[in-house]
Amino acid sequence: MNMVQALNSAMDVMLARDPSVVLLGEDIGYFGGVFRVTDGLQKKYGAHRVIDTPIAEGGIVGAAIGMGVNGLRPVAEIQFADYIYPAYDQVVSELARLRYRSAADFTAPVTIRTPCGGGIRGGQTHSQSPEAVFAHISGIKVVMPSNPHDAKGLLIAAIEDDDPVIFFEPKRIYNGPFDGDPDKPSIGWTDHPLGEVPEGHYTLPIGRAAIARPGIAVTIVTYGTMVHVCIAAAEALGLDAEVLDVRTIVPLDIDTLAESVSRTGRCLVAHEATRFAGFGAELSASIQEACFWSLEAPIMRVAGWDTPYPHAFEWEYFPGKMRVMRALEALMAAA
Amino acid sequence: MNDVARLHVPAVPARPGERPDFSYVRLSPPGAVRRPPIDVAVQETASLAEELVRVLDDDGRAVGPWAPALDAAQLREGLRLMLTTRLFDERMQRTQRQGRISFYVRCYGEEAVSVAAAMALEPDDMLFPSYRNQGLHVVRGVPLVDLMCQLLSNTRDMCRGRQLPVMYHSAARRLFSISGNLATQFPQAVGWAMAAAIKGERQIAAAWVGEGSTAESDFHHALLFAKVYRAPVLLNVVNNQWAISTFQGFAGGEQRSFAARGPALGIAGLRVDGNDFLAVHAATAWAAERARRGFGSTLIEHVTYRAGAHSTSDDPSRYRPRDDYEFWPLGDPIERLRRHLVLLGEWSDARHEALSKEIEAQIAVDWKEAARHGSLNDGPKLDPALMFDDVFRDLPEHLRRQRDELTLELRARAAARPGAP
Repeated sequence: MNMVQALNSAMDVMLARDPSVVLLGEDIGYFGGVFRVTDGLQKKYGAHRVIDTPIAEGGIVGAAIGMGVNGLRPVAEIQFADYIYPAYDQVVSELARLRYRSAADFTAPVTIRTPCGGGIRGGQTHSQSPEAVFAHISGIKVVMPSNPHDAKGLLIAAIEDDDPVIFFEPKRIYNGPFDGDPDKPSIGWTDHPLGEVPEGHYTLPIGRAAIARPGIAVTIVTYGTMVHVCIAAAEALGLDAEVLDVRTIVPLDIDTLAESVSRTGRCLVAHEATRFAGFGAELSASIQEACFWSLEAPIMRVAGWDTPYPHAFEWEYFPGKMRVMRALEALMAAA
Repeated sequence: MNDVARLHVPAVPARPGERPDFSYVRLSPPGAVRRPPIDVAVQETASLAEELVRVLDDDGRAVGPWAPALDAAQLREGLRLMLTTRLFDERMQRTQRQGRISFYVRCYGEEAVSVAAAMALEPDDMLFPSYRNQGLHVVRGVPLVDLMCQLLSNTRDMCRGRQLPVMYHSAARRLFSISGNLATQFPQAVGWAMAAAIKGERQIAAAWVGEGSTAESDFHHALLFAKVYRAPVLLNVVNNQWAISTFQGFAGGEQRSFAARGPALGIAGLRVDGNDFLAVHAATAWAAERARRGFGSTLIEHVTYRAGAHSTSDDPSRYRPRDDYEFWPLGDPIERLRRHLVLLGEWSDARHEALSKEIEAQIAVDWKEAARHGSLNDGPKLDPALMFDDVFRDLPEHLRRQRDELTLELRARAAARPGAP
């Protein structure tokens, strides 16, 4: 399966298993979503369970909270992560805090799915990676898978989770892994081991990182599309790097990250989002606190530049293989 | 009757393979709707927000109290500008299909909404377009070459490569920067108009959103502020029936007009035949005078049809009948004005043909000129270092450092390319 099919399968499984699961979002029903992630689900489960909504992100999340409070398990789609900001108040002030402020008398098990990231010539309004502005909120889990197998298992876990989860889908890798080189022909998920996705129900634990590539020379901590870029960069350098896929940003599996960095002594943090106050800052600080005495060099970061995502300069903005390689070389050269 | 409430799902009149059905579109006979004085009380516009202001009848005659006093030269100019908009649009759509530009949004079928409105406004009124208002730019005289260069993200791109195609702007011609986020321009236009009122200036603002975007909270904020401060602003809803795949019923249009939200929130409302050049012109002129003279804002709903796809990323045959535009009851805006001019003896098929050829030739010349300035694929390219400009007025230290890092990275990338020395 590709990632679109894996996500579709996750929702299909959950709609079939649990009558309280409903989907809502813009263009998701009859049309099946602009990225086809909900294709066929309205036909199968009806317009009362796969609900087309007005173009009102704040309304979508607010209504999902109300549904969640009243016993449903809503999965809301925000068509692009760039369009989530009208819902920000409902996410930050309401969804993330409802359990806390009501001493758990009211809860809303809402999952918000949203495609993120660049690489599709989407310009500043179809390319953002805003995970850090959600990681900063207490009370909402934040997930970003990097392959179809994880996408399905984590999405089912997110839907079954009684806490709210925001689920970022790196849209550049919907149809195949991407090593950061836009000039290479696209490849599908068929030949990738994690494109192998079981048909039925399974979950992956939220809060657990994965070792995407084992190694001993240096640890690269990353997630989403950048997992594939970092693996390609390490291989291009012939470097025996361990690449960790964070997978769940909140809660963060610091133990797995710290174990690896303590072993390798060197750490590069990489993400596509802007660098300043990006989630890499949290990763870097948390790893430093846990591993300071094992570090042989300062932790380095590779990220998008601190500008909006420019349409014409997509590949100069995107933290591609060369940016990762240069950082790795500097990191390995450090004393 | 049900014993309990059941979720209502708005009906969609026709899906692929079904016969197009526009019986839901409530029409008024041409010329039938009254035209009140511009200082009419808001509540007295309530019926105008439900009826449909139409001037051109099926034979091409201009009828009723809304018929504007435009002379033949002005009408021909309107036709020329609509035709320019359409032919430019068609050419850019084809260009996108050939891979020369990354993305495009057409306004096919909606030319009157923009062209007639912009012609009815003063040249220094401030316009806040959506991404489907090409006609505003054409009327304001933005050279087609400039629009093309933006589409190409090339060295003459007014946005310096930062925006998706069609997100134009022109400060000199008072066309605000277009956002990909929906309806954000609506309260901004109100604020611009509030500033004009604060400063005691006579310019007004006008903004456009699609009916789908009226679902966003910014739409409601705009109407509220416009009402509270009696801001001199025209708020236009282009009801083209579809927001990507979402039918207007899902935006709240089922058995209720969008214009009715004006009077409901305290500003005047007009529902207008958006494919009728004369009706759009008359309604805009009425609302503009009302706003300019301090009687407040008007919400104008333009009833039209999105004859093409949402964008080049969309395939409408997945969710609506392929041939639906042929059944649209309000016809085609260009054909209707053309018929009117022919009826007046001011136009002919031969002149129309000649004009089309002339415009197409000019577009071809303009395209050649625009392409000289490069594209994302070939020719001259913008300097990537420009990416860091205009984040702030002055380049901060951390961005200067990132710019330097990028320079080194690009050098390394060039050196690593096969065949590099």
